[in-house]
Order: sequence, then C-alpha cells, then structure tokens
Amino acid sequence: MSGILIKNGRVIDPANNIDAELDLLIEDGRIVELGHALAVADAEVIDASGLLVTPGLVDIHVHLRDPGLEYKEDVISGTRAAAAGGVTSLACMPNTSPIIDNLAICRYIITKAQEQGSANVFPIGSITKGLKGETLSEMGELKEGGCVAFSDDGVPVVSSELMRRGLEYADTFDAPIISHAEDLSLVGSGVMNEGPVATELGLKGIPWVAEDAMTARDIMLAEFTGGRLHMAHVSTRGSVELVRQAKARGVRVTCEATPHHFTLTDEAVRGYDTNAKMNPPLRSQQDRDAVRAGLADGTIDAIATDHAPHHIDEKNVEFAIAMNGIVGLETLLPLTLQLVKENVIDLNRAIALMTCQPARVIGIDRGTLSRGAFADIALINPDLEWELVPEQLHSKSRNTPFAGRKMQGTTMKTLLAGNIVFER
Amino acid sequence: MNFSHRHVLGIKQFNADELNFILDTAESFKEINTRKIKKVPTLRGKTIINLFFEASTRTRTSFEIAGKRLSADTVNISGSSSSVVKGETLEDTARNIESMHPDIIVMRHGASGSSEYLAARLDCSVVNAGDGTHEHPSQALLDAFTIRQHKGEISGLKVAIIGDITHSRVVRSNIDCLNKLGAEVLICGPKTMLPPGLERLGCRLVSGLTEALTDADVVMMLRIQRERQGKTLIPSLREYARYFGLNETNLKLAKPDAIVMHPGPMNRGVEISTAVADGPQNVILDQVENGVAVRMALLYLAAGGEQQSED
Ligand SMILES: [Zn+2]
Repeated sequence: MSGILIKNGRVIDPANNIDAELDLLIEDGRIVELGHALAVADAEVIDASGLLVTPGLVDIHVHLRDPGLEYKEDVISGTRAAAAGGVTSLACMPNTSPIIDNLAICRYIITKAQEQGSANVFPIGSITKGLKGETLSEMGELKEGGCVAFSDDGVPVVSSELMRRGLEYADTFDAPIISHAEDLSLVGSGVMNEGPVATELGLKGIPWVAEDAMTARDIMLAEFTGGRLHMAHVSTRGSVELVRQAKARGVRVTCEATPHHFTLTDEAVRGYDTNAKMNPPLRSQQDRDAVRAGLADGTIDAIATDHAPHHIDEKNVEFAIAMNGIVGLETLLPLTLQLVKENVIDLNRAIALMTCQPARVIGIDRGTLSRGAFADIALINPDLEWELVPEQLHSKSRNTPFAGRKMQGTTMKTLLAGNIVFER
Repeated sequence: MNFSHRHVLGIKQFNADELNFILDTAESFKEINTRKIKKVPTLRGKTIINLFFEASTRTRTSFEIAGKRLSADTVNISGSSSSVVKGETLEDTARNIESMHPDIIVMRHGASGSSEYLAARLDCSVVNAGDGTHEHPSQALLDAFTIRQHKGEISGLKVAIIGDITHSRVVRSNIDCLNKLGAEVLICGPKTMLPPGLERLGCRLVSGLTEALTDADVVMMLRIQRERQGKTLIPSLREYARYFGLNETNLKLAKPDAIVMHPGPMNRGVEISTAVADGPQNVILDQVENGVAVRMALLYLAAGGEQQSED
C-alpha cells in the first residue's frame, strides 16, 4: 500500500492549533500521520517546501446552477473552479431548476459530484417548497438524504411566522437555517447600495436598513425559538453589530462574509460595471470596514464566496436589469490572504475562516488535518503574484469585478481524499 | 374517601388519592356495562344536559350512554342547533339551560377556560368534556384507567406521548394525571408542535422518536389535527409519518409488552400505521369501552355520590 507523503511544508490546521513545519502522510485517502521528518518507503513524495499545507478550503455559499441553469455553471465546472481555488468542499444553494426541495434533486447533485466532480458537494435544501415562502420543505428527509442546511437564498422568507416554524422544524433535525436577509419593501426597486455613489450615478438605492431590519428579525426569531441561524453574506455595519450582540447574549447565530464585501465598496459600481452588481450590494467604506472588524474579532465565522455565475448575456446589459452576483471560487484565497497582508487578520485566522469554521457551521467533518480525516488538502503558495484573467477561470462564467487585478497567493495543488484534483 | 368536588373541570383540581378514587369508582361501574341489563338506578331523577359546542360524536355518545346507564335523563344540545349561532353569549345560553334545572351540564367548547367560566356562573355541576386545548379530564382518566387495566400499576411506568402537543385537547390533562399517578412522561414531536414550558407540566422533552419509544411501557399517539395545524407546522403528512409516525418497526423499540394508545379519531398511515392500530399491542378500543365506565364515575361523583336505593 503506497501512500503520499507531503514533505517540508508549513502545516496550518487551525482546528488543531497546528502551525509548524511538518510532514504529512496520506493513505487510502485519509491523513494517517503528521510529524517531523517522516520517512516512508515507497510513498509518493510531494515536496511542499515554501508552501502552506492547509485543509482544503470550505465554501458554504455557492450557486452551482445545476440542474436547470447549466449554461451558467454545472457540478463539473463549478467543482473544477473550486479545486482551482483550493476549495475541496462546498455547499450549494437550492435556487436551481427544479429547486432543491426534494430528495431526487438532492441525490442527483451528490451523485453527480461524486462521479464527476472535483470537490465534495453538500446541498443546501430550501426552507420552503419551491422557494415560494408558503410551506416548509421536507427537511427531515432532505437532511437524511445529505442536505446540510436549509435556505431560501436569493429571497428572504417574508412571513415571520414561517421563518419561526422553519427555525423550529430545522432544529428538530439539528440543521441550521441560512438566512438571506433583506426586507423587500425597503429594497424596492433598488439596484445598488443607497448612498452618495448611487445618488451621483442616478441609480436606485438599496438602504443598509433593508438588511439590518431582516437580520434583527431573524436573530430575534432564533433567540425565541432556540433554533440555529446562520446569516449569509452580512454586508453592513449594522448586521455585523447585530450578530455580535446576539452572540454575546448566547443566541445560536453564526454568519459569513464574502470576499467582495470585505474588499470592495460601492465605488466599484462607477462606470456602471454590472460585474459590481450583486445582492447584497457592495456597500460603503464604513460597512466594508465593519465587516473587516467582524472578521478580526470573531463575530464573523466564515468567509464564503456567494459564487454566482451568470452568462455574459445576463451581465452585458444596462445596469438596472443586469443579474446579481459574481463568480468567487477562484478569488477566495488571494482576496482573503490580502487581509493578512493588510494586517486585518493573521494567517491562522484567515485559514480558519476558510476551513474548520465554515465546516462547523454546516456540521461537516471536513476542514481539518486531524489524523483519520479525509485528505482534502490545499498546498498554497502565499506569495505567488498573478493577474486575474477572466478567460483563464475554470468556471463556465466570467462575471468578476476583479478582471486584471494583481493577486497574491494561490493554491499550487489541491488534493481531494488524497487525489490531486488541481495542479498549477 | 370524602369526594368534595361539585365540578369536574380538569385534572388540575385532583390529587393522586382523588384520581385513584375516581378510577376505583369507575372500576365498580365497569361491570355494569357487560351485564345483560346495562342499567342501574343510581342517578334516577337526575337531569344531565350534554352541551356540545363542537362536534365530538365519540365523547358525546360516551357521556350520553354513561348517563343513561345510571338512569339519568340525558338531553343533547349541539352547538349548531343551539341559540349560539344566533349570537347568544355562552353565559345566556347556560342560564337558559339552567332554568330547566339540570343537575349536571357536560360541556364541550372550543374555548380554553370555558368550563371554568361556566362553573363560576351556574349552580348546577359542570363536567368538562374538553375546553379548547386546555383540559379534557374524562379522556385523561379513561387513559389512566386503561393503563391500570393492562399494567396493574401506573407508578413507575414510562409513558411516551408523541405528536402535536400544541393543538392536542387532551395532552395537558394526560401529563398532569400520569405525573400525579407516578408515571414518567416523555414528550416528543416536531419542534413546531411543542409549546414552551412543557417541562413545567411534569414531563420530559426528548429529541426524537427513537429516544421516546425506547423501553416505553405505554405509547400514546396524538392525532394530527389537520384542520387546526394550518400549513406551516409540517411540510407534509408523508414526512410526518416518516419521523413521528408509529409503525411496526419503531414500536419494537418499546418494551415487548408495551401498549399502544390513541385518543381517536385516528389518521391511519399518518401518526399510526394500520398494522399497529390493529395490532396486538393496541388497546384503542379498550380506551373507548373504559370511557363509559369512567364517565359514569364522574357523573356519579359530580352528582354528589348519592346512591339511589334499588327499589
Ligand atoms: Zn443570498
């Protein structure tokens, strides 16, 4: 039985408080040994000198668009993009066609990922059937079938009563509810963050209070029901603060932030760049800094991309009618490492925010390098400089606001259960 | 035993001795129901009005038979035929009925607290046949009676109550009754159907059906109230049956001699499978049969416990 020996790398495994020069031995797709100067006869050796050896990244907010919208992305291309970004596990949102509100679609995605994918895929079931906000989905069966959480991402659950029941019902099966928080009446027909830039550009604004109001409601419902709540893509100062206060009170709430919300501001919309159009919208500098502070002080549990591929025809239109969202799997790592460079967070926290912490949110046994764990590993060169060329992305879609941007840091090799699924 | 309750409003008003006394009294009436001539003159000359503001054929019939077997004159007034539909208040309706000098009013009403409301305003005895989702003492007592019949002793038994706790008419009475009689009561259901503070009623919440059923002596399945629960509490009856329905497989978790109970009417294939509902462990029809004896005891005790001489 020949294994794989990863030698001379700097192993960072925040779940186990490891940050040391160690060798790592893989056998049968699992990590069997971590130690100094491991020597194993007939093991295949990967020299990781100068590289970080981290758990494969975990992205808990991805739109794979499969089934139904395969012209944007599918399980194969989406997981290939994941592998290229160092991501070995991802959770995919249910706004596919049909919706992930039944066992058949859940199984289809899992099976396709297992047979043809380059990453582990964990489906997120919808809270309500058909994302219609009327009746709960069969969460018990979906959880048993492999769904790890429930969300109506893309739309909020408007009825507070139904959100209450969703939190209670999901908690019956020990699953979290992921909230896409926006008060639609406040959003109105807004297309970007409400503020000076929107005023200048003459675009209708989405006020921060649209997010804060719904975040406050959902936190209150989580507090009331005792259910587990995860806030998707927090983007405002207010919602970060609401989560911070709720955690201090002991509410079972976690949250995530996207790289674009901690990197960009609504200034990026200038020029009516539809690749800077997303939901929630890019916010003010003050909001961006609050998200960064939330990452630094532990309020924010995870960095998640909200990878939202769209066809060129859906973006190459007037700003007001362009679709929301950007691809993110292949820019997650460098944009997060940029925070380390800027001393917002240290390297260990950065890795934790992309590995064990998101894994914990959705309750999966990934994101660590513990002995016995699946050998999902990223070999990262944190210093390599490269330029983002949209045509070189592995996703089917090219909608990124970071085209031409100088990036620093990338995965050199990505291993999925011991198999190399990406190599630069 | 000195039984000094003019009204039977809920289990709450009784202590363990009184509950046992009611069950013992029911025991002595039970035999009458199997006689050739199923009638004793105990309540001869008494008038009982069954005032049912909600349809409940089973409970009303059981009370009616109980009254008749004790030789009382029983009259049924249902919500639809009464003056309620004409806008009369509950108090006026009751006062009108009381003017006819009944000895006992047996009332089923959709509003929790309605039987206490009535008892506070009338001179005759009031027997609560279910007030909203508050108390349903005769059902809880017939359940206890049935358990005692099959298990001998209630104290020390593990009783699992499973289903829609929020909307159950009977479960609060059941928990209180079984708790006072010394049973360990476990409660299980989807969290959308578990109201807060259940532990304070004297039971233990468990997280899933497996834990609830394991080593249970008694399994009580509650009815899914399709008409009450609306559409936000569970996704489908199919999923409910899968995670909270009793079937031959999960019943094996309970003790081999566990009994299965259901207050009826059953949704077969939802909270209980037909195989279990008709299976060897079910005592569901015993519950119905015992209902008459228990209600005879309640009517007798509410009427003052006086024996009419046989001649
Ligand atoms: Zn969203």
